[in-house]
Amino acid sequence: MSTNMIEVRNLTKTFGDVHAVNDISFDVARGEIFAFLGPNGAGKTTTIKMLTTLLRPTQGTLTLDGLDPAKHQNEVRQRFGIVFQDPSLDSELTAWENLQLHAVLYHVPRAARQPRAEALLKLFELWERRHDPVKQFSGGMKRRLEIARGFLHTPKILFLDEPTLGLDPQSRNQLWTHVKHLNQTEGVTVFLTTHYMDEADRAAQRVGIIDHGRIVAQGTTQELKEQTKTDSLEAAYLALTGSSIRDEKAGAGEHLRQFAQMWRR
Amino acid sequence: MSAVYILWLRELKRYTRSRAQMIGSLGQPTLYLIALGFGLGPTFQQAGNGSYLQFLAPGVVSMTILFASIFSGVGLLFDRQFGFLKETLVAPVPRIQIMVGRTLGGATVATLQGTLMLILSTIAGFRPHSLAALPVAFLIMMLIAVVFCALGTAIGSRLQDMQGFQLIMNLLVMPIFFMSGALFPLGHLPTALAVVTRLDPLSYGVDGLRGALIAGSHFGVATDIAVLATMAMVFLALGAYSFSRIEI
Repeated sequence: MSTNMIEVRNLTKTFGDVHAVNDISFDVARGEIFAFLGPNGAGKTTTIKMLTTLLRPTQGTLTLDGLDPAKHQNEVRQRFGIVFQDPSLDSELTAWENLQLHAVLYHVPRAARQPRAEALLKLFELWERRHDPVKQFSGGMKRRLEIARGFLHTPKILFLDEPTLGLDPQSRNQLWTHVKHLNQTEGVTVFLTTHYMDEADRAAQRVGIIDHGRIVAQGTTQELKEQTKTDSLEAAYLALTGSSIRDEKAGAGEHLRQFAQMWRR
Repeated sequence: MSAVYILWLRELKRYTRSRAQMIGSLGQPTLYLIALGFGLGPTFQQAGNGSYLQFLAPGVVSMTILFASIFSGVGLLFDRQFGFLKETLVAPVPRIQIMVGRTLGGATVATLQGTLMLILSTIAGFRPHSLAALPVAFLIMMLIAVVFCALGTAIGSRLQDMQGFQLIMNLLVMPIFFMSGALFPLGHLPTALAVVTRLDPLSYGVDGLRGALIAGSHFGVATDIAVLATMAMVFLALGAYSFSRIEI
């Protein structure tokens, strides 16, 4: 068995003539918390989609627990859990029903379904509202429900794609405490993306920085700070990716966003 | 199999919670039944074909099922748009089970809608020739629902946005309805139209339903059921393949 949970080699994904992900390679070790950082449209979500069987790569190889997501879809899907960047709840169903549906789809043992859902709803302070349809929830509540749902089963790898977007500090704190707890007690490998550098600095053991579809740096947060001669991850990140705002010059990012809007509309 | 069940249940819950959709989608078939049934009734009668309302009711029931089924396939587009589709696509369940659960859920909803339409027809004056024929009628209604839910899934898997849906309605669903013999008898048609009606899967649904409910089948109920079952298999395979290829 390989020591790495995720191995990515020369991975490329193109949409038309846009290179969303361009020849990237990296590894994530077993039991590691890995932060994948980069500006908007850098290729983070596209990479996660390829790792989670939602997109097929144009070129290159990737393995997850030694399996190719393009060839062994079901086996790979059994190994990971994911909190998506954008909503993925059924808003016509109640919070409770959303969790039960997830529990069935993810093979949570029958006896564990109720107590686990209850504990998570209480942890993220949604218990009182469990029988309300999700469409009546505020943005922050929906986000908390998505996260609670992501923890309902215990996968080998947990993907968190900008999980704290739109969360208040309390929920953010709950989230990272819970993630670290899972990582330490169950050895869950965590692959996360975020725009909050302090979160990445606190939670992650190793960091990869992607910009314009290419990996520009990877290593421990300490290594990145030393490499750029800066004293915080945020300063190191800005030193590596520049301080310009992406939308002005990044054609790939804009293209991708339009692509994203096409199916999100 | 629990995945199939839970997704089937989801479709049912969504249906029972949106009364507006339930009632709204019965409006059009009811209008057809009333306006055409009573409007063309006297002419139909004079031509020696009996009661047009009796003839038309199985047609509008089929129409209700057709529209409800295609609409359930379009539910895929909504789920794509609102993100829920992703949640099911990454679940550790073979996609065929996801697809079958959704499709059977949609088919159940469509059959329920068809049943409601059948009840409405009896209020308008429709009378099945015998109650013993109802089980066969239900079988045919379910088959129609499965055929077009699977087709809806196949189409929904390939569409990226709602604009495409309008196209499908105008270029596929309306022709399927109008060419099915829901509104006119299949005998004595011009050759071209006779060929088209024979190629339309809904023709066999309407005809089978007519055979069961008013004992007036053109192809024969056994043939109708055989064709519908075959089409259900073909479209389920097509829908399952298209669904398994979805990328987000």
